[in-house]
Amino acid sequence: MSGEQGAMAGPGASASRRGGDPRAVLEEVRDAIPLRSGAGDDAVGGVVPALVAAPPDAAAVAKLLAVSARHGLTVVARGNGTKLDWGRPPRRCDLLVDTGALNRIEHASGDLVVRAEAGAGLAELDAVLARAGQRLVVDPVVPGSSLGGVVATGLSGPRRALYGPLRDLIIGMTVVRADGVTVRSGGAVVKNVAGYDLGKLHTGAFGTLGLITSVTLRLHPVPSAARHVWARTTDPATARGWILALLDSQTVPSAVEVDWPVEGPIWVQVLLEGAEDGIAARARDVADLLEGAEAAEEAPPGWGVLPGRAGDTLLKLTCAPPDLVAAVQTLRTATERAGVPVAVRGSAGAGVVHAAVPADADPVAVHGAVSAARAALPRGWLTVPRAGADLLAAGLDPWGEVPGLPLMRAVKDRFDPRNLLSPGRFVDGI
Amino acid sequence: MSAPVDPGTLVPQLRAICGDDGVITDIAQRRTYESDGLTYHAAVPGVVVLPTTTAQVAEVVRLCAAHGVPFVPRGSGTGLSGGALPRPDGVLIVTSRMRRILEVDIAARCAVVEPGVINLDVTRAAAPHGYYYAPDPSSQQVCSVGGNVAENSGGAHCLKHGFTVNHVLGLEIVTPRGEIVELGGKASEAPGYDLIGAFIGSEGTLGIATKITVRLLRAPEKVRTLLAAFPGMDDGGRAVSAIIAAGVLPSAIEMMDALAIEAAEAAVRCGYPSGAGAVLIVELDGPAADVDAQFEEVAALCRAAGAFELRSASDPDERARIWKGRKSAFAAVGRISPAYIVQDGVVPRTALPEVLARIAELSARSGIRVANVFHAGDGNLHPLVLFDDSLPGAAERAAEVSGAILDLCIEHGGSITGEHGVGVDKACHMPEMFTPEDLETMAWLRAAFDPDGIANPEKLLPTPRLCGERPGVRTGVHPLVASGKAELF
Ligand SMILES: Cc1cc2nc3c(=O)[nH]c(=O)nc-3n(C[C@H](O)[C@H](O)[C@H](O)COP(=O)(O)OP(=O)(O)OC[C@H]3O[C@@H](n4cnc5c(N)ncnc54)[C@H](O)[C@@H]3O)c2cc1C
Repeated sequence: MSGEQGAMAGPGASASRRGGDPRAVLEEVRDAIPLRSGAGDDAVGGVVPALVAAPPDAAAVAKLLAVSARHGLTVVARGNGTKLDWGRPPRRCDLLVDTGALNRIEHASGDLVVRAEAGAGLAELDAVLARAGQRLVVDPVVPGSSLGGVVATGLSGPRRALYGPLRDLIIGMTVVRADGVTVRSGGAVVKNVAGYDLGKLHTGAFGTLGLITSVTLRLHPVPSAARHVWARTTDPATARGWILALLDSQTVPSAVEVDWPVEGPIWVQVLLEGAEDGIAARARDVADLLEGAEAAEEAPPGWGVLPGRAGDTLLKLTCAPPDLVAAVQTLRTATERAGVPVAVRGSAGAGVVHAAVPADADPVAVHGAVSAARAALPRGWLTVPRAGADLLAAGLDPWGEVPGLPLMRAVKDRFDPRNLLSPGRFVDGI
Repeated sequence: MSAPVDPGTLVPQLRAICGDDGVITDIAQRRTYESDGLTYHAAVPGVVVLPTTTAQVAEVVRLCAAHGVPFVPRGSGTGLSGGALPRPDGVLIVTSRMRRILEVDIAARCAVVEPGVINLDVTRAAAPHGYYYAPDPSSQQVCSVGGNVAENSGGAHCLKHGFTVNHVLGLEIVTPRGEIVELGGKASEAPGYDLIGAFIGSEGTLGIATKITVRLLRAPEKVRTLLAAFPGMDDGGRAVSAIIAAGVLPSAIEMMDALAIEAAEAAVRCGYPSGAGAVLIVELDGPAADVDAQFEEVAALCRAAGAFELRSASDPDERARIWKGRKSAFAAVGRISPAYIVQDGVVPRTALPEVLARIAELSARSGIRVANVFHAGDGNLHPLVLFDDSLPGAAERAAEVSGAILDLCIEHGGSITGEHGVGVDKACHMPEMFTPEDLETMAWLRAAFDPDGIANPEKLLPTPRLCGERPGVRTGVHPLVASGKAELF
């Protein structure tokens, strides 16, 4: 629990609400911005916000944050609310900013670029882009996600194996700072090295450095053909061999996934995309690398979404692809000893998978299993993006040991010296 | 930190750290480092050190920090924005003796290298296994991977395969306070802020990269290259738009205009079709069936756009012949002009025809010739502004044309640099692209890494000393917004 204690001693932990009641201090923006009291279903990781605001546009977000910062209010942003229980709960949440009204999409199809506001849904975005035969190669790992939500959590899906993680597709970003000032970095062109790429810092930062209001992204053409190929094995070594053979082949898979359920065989699943003419031959080449392969135009069950069920405790394991199978085995050994079932799914090609543990599993046992697995794995490989209150109360640190922490703290101290933005949700209580 | 001292006084301690042969004090030898690839900025470094280990780099930086002495990192010195311009009052830290490839891990598809390793040597080490390192700046035979990291360098093939930032998995850095920090590694997505993403492209202002884990890609099954000759630039431009609109993603689309072709012909006899007003080089890579199908499509689109001659290459020798003219273009303009400025700006691809026409107008109006060689696929222009430096005022007029081209890029919603970086050369242009608040936020990042401001000072961000008291302060509406090109919300 070093994180929480460290944070308590941190510079902004004692930031007090100078203005008292959040409702009173926000009186001055009331006319322009709808405000209401927070309710149970507004809770951010169990913390009910005092107020919920729904600013009509990005300028209103800036105005709101300028006023709330003046009074020392803490702020959390919400897109579609699908991942509000990820990360640690905020230490305090005076104001929840709903970005739902920020949903404008501006598609520059000739430039293969889209600029979209944070509240736009990935699904809506996809529908707009598809009209021009284009797509944003960000798989909806959590259905219903908003663009701002996936960017703030840095969540990428199967196709990252070929196209890179979400952060690689972001070319520009507009953010409202902790002091309510709107700033921009990057630009509207794919190739651009003018200035620091601050969008990288905000991606996956859980809103602790600024409130993202719009993102500019590079797009790709929708390929004319796609084929899924998969095979099953009960032998982990065989699965590893397949994964490495696929990566070493010249078939250029868009995705190489592993699906390792609580019981039953391990699935290795491949997605091929490209020209219609070549797809059958490529699918055959892939099938030759596997044993008992099946192929279809449709995705196999569970493709591209998180393992387990909604509400499960969610672990994330990252490593180099050759180490993946052994790392999953280490995790499974630890959970088995603790008597907890675990289901694993994710990108074998990129070496990033998620693992789900039932929400009602004994928190002490889960905490023990995570600690045991962490002790057996290199630092930084195992995090717990979503953990329930009882698990956190049992002493689990969702982020574990984080290399480079002093630099991260230094960045946070410059961007948000009073700890007003999503305080406590990120690593080491940042 | 006490008041800054003359770096010369640190020499005994620097010798103790780097050894006698690792410290250069001789004025003639120091002078060989006075500029990088942008030779019209020059300054003799106070001291030059050539460390061989991370520990030595860290000790040198700690010594600088303790005495308030600025330092400038340098790789191979090929940078084109003056990023490695030394300081007379500072220490130049050169990585050219840190050239070991520490590991090639084919199963994990990565290599671990020291910062001075030459870009092409990474591919050379991986090639026997059927792998390669994708970022391929035209300077790849000499530039260092550390320099690539600092500049976020791209190459002709970044259209499909991305820039340096898309190919770095891990960094070991020495911070401006002399701490050694390990970020990422063979595993991706380490928890916490993406400091690797922030460091790449930071031009030596956030510290020194001392070890780099780069991603290796499997060599494609097939590569095919097409050379298409068009009567004019408009026709070539139409072909580019048609290729993109058809949903084809080539690994490279390069374009040259008549003047650039003339120069290349004079220099290397590349034998491009005579009478061409523009040539396009399109390269496709991937699974053989995909490449063949797309190649036919691209060829048809070029013909439809008015190409009067097509040549195709599918073996390395033929490919090299097609690329020869393009690769030599920069050096080649030396054959047709006594002096030239290489500009580097970006426009949205759809603005290319308009911007090229405006550049032609600029050139006609000023009487200054401009040759165009560029990465057409991603709108990255490299206009070569030609002038005769023996004529009084010619250099100034060329600089004006070059600056006006940057204005055009900004006006069309583009960028002042696509790959050469800001350095000293464009620091004062930053306020044309960013507001004071944008720049202030960038300065926060810099201060988080370098609170004392000793890492490559006066590069990347504008300073009052370089750019005037309030560097290019913009009042009113941002030009991108005014032109309707950016950030309407
Ligand atoms: C003929 C020619 C063609 C070129 N073609 C391309 C091209 O196609 N694409 C492209 O992107 N660029 C190109 N360039 C520009 C240049 O080669 C690149 O910017 C290259 O990455 C610079 O590498 P370097 O080792 O020479 O770095 P240097 O010039 O030595 O330094 C560049 C910057 O990096 C910093 N730096 C160097 N090493 C480190 C380190 N280890 N840690 C932190 N900071 C460091 C320096 O302080 C400086 O700011 C070209 C240059 C030439 C001369």
